[in-house]
Amino acid sequence: MRDLLTRIGYWVVLLGLGALVFSHGGRANGAGMGFDEARHLLNRTGFGASPGEIAEFSTLTREQAVERLLRPARTVAAQPVPAWVNEAITPPRQLRDAGEQARKAFQQEQVRRGFELRGWWLAEMIVTPSPLVERMTLFWHNHFVSSQQKVRYVQLMYRQNLLLRQHALGNFAALLHAAAKDPAMIIYLDSASNRKGQPNENFAREVMELFTMGEGHYGETDIREAARAFTGWSIEPETGEYRWRPFLHDEGQKTVLGASGNFDGDAVLDILLARSATAEFITRKLWREFVSPLPDEREVRRIAARFRESGYDTGTALRWLLLSPAFWSQEARGSLVKSPVDLVVGTVRSFQFQTGDALPFSMVTASLGQNLFAPPNVKGWPGGEAWINSSTLLARKQFLERLFRAQEMPPQAMSNREMADGARMKDFAKVKGQGRLGEEGRERFVRALTDIHFDSAAWFKGLGGYAPLARRAVLATDPANDALMTPGTLAEKDWLRQLVLDPAFQLK
Amino acid sequence: MLRRDFLGLAAGSVVSAWMPGAIAAGAAAPDGYRNLLVLLELKGGNDGLNTVVPYADPNYYRLRPRIAIKREEVMQLSDRVGLHPSLGALMPLWQGRELAVVQGLGYPKPNQSHFRSIEIWDTASGSEQYLTDGWLARAFAANPVPAGYVADGVVVGSQEMGPFAGGARAVALSNTEQFLRQSRLATPSAKRGNAALSHILKVEGEIVQAAGNLGIGVQLRTEFPNGEFGNALRTASQVIASQAGVAAVRVSLNGFDTHQNQPGQQANLLKQLAEGLVAFKAALQELNRWNSALVMTYAEFGRRAAENNSNGTDHGTANSHFVMGGQVRGGLYGPAPQLDRLDNGNLVHSIDFRSLYATVLEKWWGNDAKAALGGRFQPIDLLRA
Repeated sequence: MRDLLTRIGYWVVLLGLGALVFSHGGRANGAGMGFDEARHLLNRTGFGASPGEIAEFSTLTREQAVERLLRPARTVAAQPVPAWVNEAITPPRQLRDAGEQARKAFQQEQVRRGFELRGWWLAEMIVTPSPLVERMTLFWHNHFVSSQQKVRYVQLMYRQNLLLRQHALGNFAALLHAAAKDPAMIIYLDSASNRKGQPNENFAREVMELFTMGEGHYGETDIREAARAFTGWSIEPETGEYRWRPFLHDEGQKTVLGASGNFDGDAVLDILLARSATAEFITRKLWREFVSPLPDEREVRRIAARFRESGYDTGTALRWLLLSPAFWSQEARGSLVKSPVDLVVGTVRSFQFQTGDALPFSMVTASLGQNLFAPPNVKGWPGGEAWINSSTLLARKQFLERLFRAQEMPPQAMSNREMADGARMKDFAKVKGQGRLGEEGRERFVRALTDIHFDSAAWFKGLGGYAPLARRAVLATDPANDALMTPGTLAEKDWLRQLVLDPAFQLK
Repeated sequence: MLRRDFLGLAAGSVVSAWMPGAIAAGAAAPDGYRNLLVLLELKGGNDGLNTVVPYADPNYYRLRPRIAIKREEVMQLSDRVGLHPSLGALMPLWQGRELAVVQGLGYPKPNQSHFRSIEIWDTASGSEQYLTDGWLARAFAANPVPAGYVADGVVVGSQEMGPFAGGARAVALSNTEQFLRQSRLATPSAKRGNAALSHILKVEGEIVQAAGNLGIGVQLRTEFPNGEFGNALRTASQVIASQAGVAAVRVSLNGFDTHQNQPGQQANLLKQLAEGLVAFKAALQELNRWNSALVMTYAEFGRRAAENNSNGTDHGTANSHFVMGGQVRGGLYGPAPQLDRLDNGNLVHSIDFRSLYATVLEKWWGNDAKAALGGRFQPIDLLRA
């Protein structure tokens, strides 16, 4: 995060070129796609976009830009991880026998680690040069849902996150097989207690309803039969690793979606993957993530067919989606509601906020309804308009207001003590869970707040000082408040603050 | 043109001035929304069989050898059923005949997915019918809540609008003072835009209105249990205390999806529920609203009749729910579940859940229920005449 300042320097130089290329129109003359299209593509595939990034992409054609985004830069996170992520887990039996106090200590430690892990991931999203990889990791987290609340062992949530990132832009079929046997998933959907003669249908139901085909493509009997095939999947209590237990597996004949045989779990997953409904279900979900809230069914079928023909290469599905006319249409612009992660990470990235520890941000996204590693239920965050109700909208605006006030308080100007007493602290500290951080955590929290800084002058300079471009950089559509189309009599930084508080800033 | 508009307006006002009856037929009954509805969602699907326990039925103990509530621990309601011991705090309400226990609530062709089944309950749809509007949103569209109210509905401590989704004037909040302080960040706008922007602008407008009408937060003398649920009930009480009024409030209690190790978890949740409800009754009495409040639990489904292998229960179908309030005629409603006549291991419902909704719409608010429920459902006779 510290290298942001040097990156700003790079952008300022680059923008000398950018200001020329942007001109005033949408698609610049000839080669490049221009400012507005570059902004649209980067905001949808990443988390916000700085003027420098927009400048860089505006000189590319759509095809060149999409290729560059899909050329997967990395499949592992770069942020240093907490030391405990590779620790063995405390076996459940040992926990049971450990006594009340030890169990409580374990629980508190898991809560603390959860905070740390969220901060780690958000920091990765803030600095990564491949935001699409993080966006897809988050997409899969909201698809192959597991929650720390049930899984408890935060190491397992971390390992699942690595798996999702590894396959983020890779092969969906491989990811399905791997995620199904992921230890966090095995705990989350009760696969370990799904045994021969005593089936637990939780995973069998959700894999059909939420991970592959979607409702309406199977019956209750298919679920019961599939549950039998999934018996035998378990985890090793000492290490928390996947373990196959053949003596718990039901070796009988099963009939799933009309096919019969002595299936095991992998065989059933392959039956689900063979269905066109699966490719369509995933494509529809990707459409809602990247294109618009209402998928065009004809386009979905067209893209899903190519997705399936490619053997479920996620990059292929994304390429077709991002190059579809619908993605670039005017109707699609500003048609999606920003998620809390979009809002927080996107704002930090777009305005090149200088930040330290991302811990406070993890609490903000949680209070806005997106607590990473703890989605509300197996269906994940519903997203879209559901992100916005009276309580979350006010909390969003309050966050933005406080964040932009940071420009008036450069880090050196306030001591920690003052910060702790100050208005910013008061409102940030209200974020749920802060009390459970412990003394060290609270200090980190306060220090992180003092590290947040925004240099509006430098940001404006990055846009070549051309004000209309600033509005187009900040908002995906015109502001709801017409008076904000131009700065008018407002100072530039006040205009910016008004723009981010405009309802249109909630859209991407 | 102008003249015609003028006449049209005049005609309208003549009707309202001279024919109040004609207007009343289309609007809520005079005092309709002075009667308050409080919905309590037992999220995850509370296990009704271990809540309202059929302790006299040997099948119950046969189906649940490990997790059944022992006969001697049950708080008896009749010679056949009794409450889970953690609900002991509710017994004074039962003895005061202000607690109705409705058994066998469900719907035909039950769906066992959390999401789909709560959608069915929230939208009051049939099992194979997909509706987007909540049943209360439709009810308020047909019979509008007075404009001066804080809102049609207030959701406390949750971000899902449930029965208010898709049209009701509803706000979600977790703390009234915080809501009032923050509301200055919202501004009303007459602008329109795409669906997403329109939604945001609508929410801004609702915030402005609710904050304008909510008034200064009332301090209640009643003490609430510690914890999230107690806090939510306190906030709900503060909203209800506002002079402007509110037609319906929804509060959720989470954690009932007890696939594993159910006994301890459910006991803890039911204890929170019972103690919370006792405090809530005291608050409503303090506000002089207990006689004009109807408090009702609901959930997406009950649970499988037989226990599973993980000391828990899987998703099921029909369920028992509570209705309470100063106007409630306490007692047992609906036949006890027939554990010897299961459908694929699941209870068969005896009362459609929409009958419960019809009770609210017709008997509590005095409105026609058809618009909201899309059909006729027999109200349950659980209110005092």
